[in-house]
Amino acid sequence: MKYDFMLSDEVGRKEFLLGNEAIVRGALEAGIDFASTYPGTPSSEIGNTLFAIAKKAGIYFEFSSNEKVAMEVSAAASASGLRALVFFKHVGLNVAADAFMSTAYVGTRGGLVIVSADDPSMHSSQNEQDNRYYALISRMPLVEPSSAQEMKDYIKEAYEISEKYEIPVLFRTTTRVNHVRGIVEFGPLGKKRGKGYFKKDPKRFVILPSHARVLHKVLLEKLEKLEEEANRSKLNRIEGNGKKIGFITSGVAYNYIADLVDELNLDAKILKLGFTHPFPRKLVRDFMNTVEKIIVVEELDPYLETQTRLLAQMEKIDIPIHGKMDGYFPRKYEYNPDVIKDALEKILGIKIERNTYDPPEISLPPRPPVLCPGCPHRATYYAAMMALKQLKIKDAIITSDIGCYTLGIQKPYEMADYLLCMGSSIGTAVGFSKATNQKVIGFVGDSTFFHAAIPGLIDAYHNKANLVYVVLDNRTTAMTGHQPHPGLPMDGLGNEAPSVDIEKLVRGIGIDFVKTVDPYDVKETIKVFKEALKHEGIAVIIAKKECALLWDARRRKQGVWWVYEIVQDKCTQCGLCSDWLACAAIYKKNGKIYINDALCDGCGVCATICPFDAIVKKVIR
Amino acid sequence: MKPVAIVYAGVGGQGVLTASSIVGRAALLSNMNVVMSEVHGMAQRGGIVVTEMKIGRARGPLVGNGEADIIVGFEPVEAYRVLHKAKKGSYVIVNTEPIIPTTVSLEGEEYPDVNTLLENMKDLKVVALEATELARKVGNVIAMNIVMLGALTKIPVFPIKKETVIEAIKRTINPKYHEINLRAFELGYEAANL
Repeated sequence: MKYDFMLSDEVGRKEFLLGNEAIVRGALEAGIDFASTYPGTPSSEIGNTLFAIAKKAGIYFEFSSNEKVAMEVSAAASASGLRALVFFKHVGLNVAADAFMSTAYVGTRGGLVIVSADDPSMHSSQNEQDNRYYALISRMPLVEPSSAQEMKDYIKEAYEISEKYEIPVLFRTTTRVNHVRGIVEFGPLGKKRGKGYFKKDPKRFVILPSHARVLHKVLLEKLEKLEEEANRSKLNRIEGNGKKIGFITSGVAYNYIADLVDELNLDAKILKLGFTHPFPRKLVRDFMNTVEKIIVVEELDPYLETQTRLLAQMEKIDIPIHGKMDGYFPRKYEYNPDVIKDALEKILGIKIERNTYDPPEISLPPRPPVLCPGCPHRATYYAAMMALKQLKIKDAIITSDIGCYTLGIQKPYEMADYLLCMGSSIGTAVGFSKATNQKVIGFVGDSTFFHAAIPGLIDAYHNKANLVYVVLDNRTTAMTGHQPHPGLPMDGLGNEAPSVDIEKLVRGIGIDFVKTVDPYDVKETIKVFKEALKHEGIAVIIAKKECALLWDARRRKQGVWWVYEIVQDKCTQCGLCSDWLACAAIYKKNGKIYINDALCDGCGVCATICPFDAIVKKVIR
Repeated sequence: MKPVAIVYAGVGGQGVLTASSIVGRAALLSNMNVVMSEVHGMAQRGGIVVTEMKIGRARGPLVGNGEADIIVGFEPVEAYRVLHKAKKGSYVIVNTEPIIPTTVSLEGEEYPDVNTLLENMKDLKVVALEATELARKVGNVIAMNIVMLGALTKIPVFPIKKETVIEAIKRTINPKYHEINLRAFELGYEAANL
């Protein structure tokens, strides 16, 4: 199997690993027994890797229905004495926040590490919040790795910290650490504990107000000891011995600075922080006293910088400190070598040679992300669009949700008018149906439905909302790389599992209009959309068809492949396939329409809608 | 050793990630340090995919403007889009077969003439090849990414030996498809006109 090498006991073995894979190796070396997650980029491959090996490794692993559940599941494992790993993307921690905050109070028995994968530049996220603040607000220790190797090594350290102080550890990563591949050297595998045993202690684990008052005090005492630990931790180190500039840095930013200090031969030293909350004040103070000026380099918010400036004020250290707060470094988007070079040029008054090639300007067509060829959501959106046109409804409000299907926002479908977060499609649909007289259609994916839409749908039923709610059931959590969810007959260990039937669940709420359609059957889907739009009250449509990528992968494995092509003699260039279905594999050139054989996946929806039978199947040997 | 920086650019579905991972694995097999950045998420097919790589002494996973020694363009417009990463004299390998984005049909955008794109890559060492067509010749368009690896392996500043890249291909790809991919690799290697 692809990931079997992850379980190798060969110490010193080197592998080219993704940061997220390195986290899993680190967790194995720490001897975890337990893990839970809800998938979210850039954290998803941690789960995919565990999914592949957990059973063999003897670890309990689940894709929880959402991040809050994942947090609770692992908190209980930790209270039972097991080492547990919980991980999600940064906004997942917002969902888990209630449980997360209380876990800091009740503390841990077995080590508990919470990985938050932040997404500077929002490659696949709705915001770029800096989750280091969650360490401050919860008072948890914070660890920030910079490379694939550190992902592995620091996870092990995080478990040591967690068990020594009986406190969960927040392990904050960013996209360019999660999604970096580098060479990782393996250490010995850790010893697992197997099943835990929960020893009761209600004063600690039942967070009543009277208990919480005591627990808060205990937490603050732990924090004082943790600062001492941070001051001497090997996760914080000084590199180089220059005297002029002292760089204070953490996370991925360290890499760029370290490369530049080498390249430019700067008279500098670097305080590379990996254990950043509680802030190691003694260490930073001593460092500041050995250089002429400080430059703080960190992505997103000025967390290290704020702490450094505060410390300088309290310790009366009067040297220049530069960073974001005086405008040299940006507070938004991820860093890259050029962002750092630009800032250093201004701070140091130097010119850094850059031989950037300046290509003659040619207007290039944009290539935004699109629904994949064969995507069943495209067929559903096409049907919804046609139904609205046929009923002459022009101002329907479309609430969308988080998943591949958000791409329905693009032309020609334009099926997204409002989106906040996971599950918001239904709550906001209720709101629009009450606040306006417009038609409201909500779209949600299957995994997102289980994650956060069910309470909203209950709200819609109970409060008599008037809306159409569409569950785009592609039988997987597609966007994050095809993880199973509660609607599928498989769990996080790959074992057979009872699946939740979405139609029955919706009917169980009390909703009567529930219809399941196959979106590839475009005619029927348009018909059902029209019925739903005419229905008073709540109408739920379940558009059920497996994600095209899964279907493709299965056929490629079997060596069965076909594509569709256009018979130019029959094609009238009516544009129904190219401009209205708008499949990414269909393109126009010199007035004619073609299908790209390298992109077509053979779904055949274009052939079913072609009024001239001009699209035909072509089997590839 | 000064790191060799390579930028791989193409369209989701073309095997950009697989190809760059093979090079990373080949670097590891050659006992060289390597660090590579990739982006996952939305747009598994049809959107822009760029991976960046440094082989040699480097920690930062991103290639700055003017730092790329080699650009591997799996699609002509996507190659052009990342040219600011190159410097004068960089190698640019271009698969000349376009993938026309939906914005051409839907938003009236124009896809530029491929020859014009290539002619505008002045002061660069351009290696143009019909990689998709070569992959069709070996029997599967999917092997286009390996055709491109064949061409990349021939570039003088590319630091890894041909047989090591072949070994990395074998370790990455399902044995069932070794023959087809190794033929694709050789065709790319031969087609790279330097």
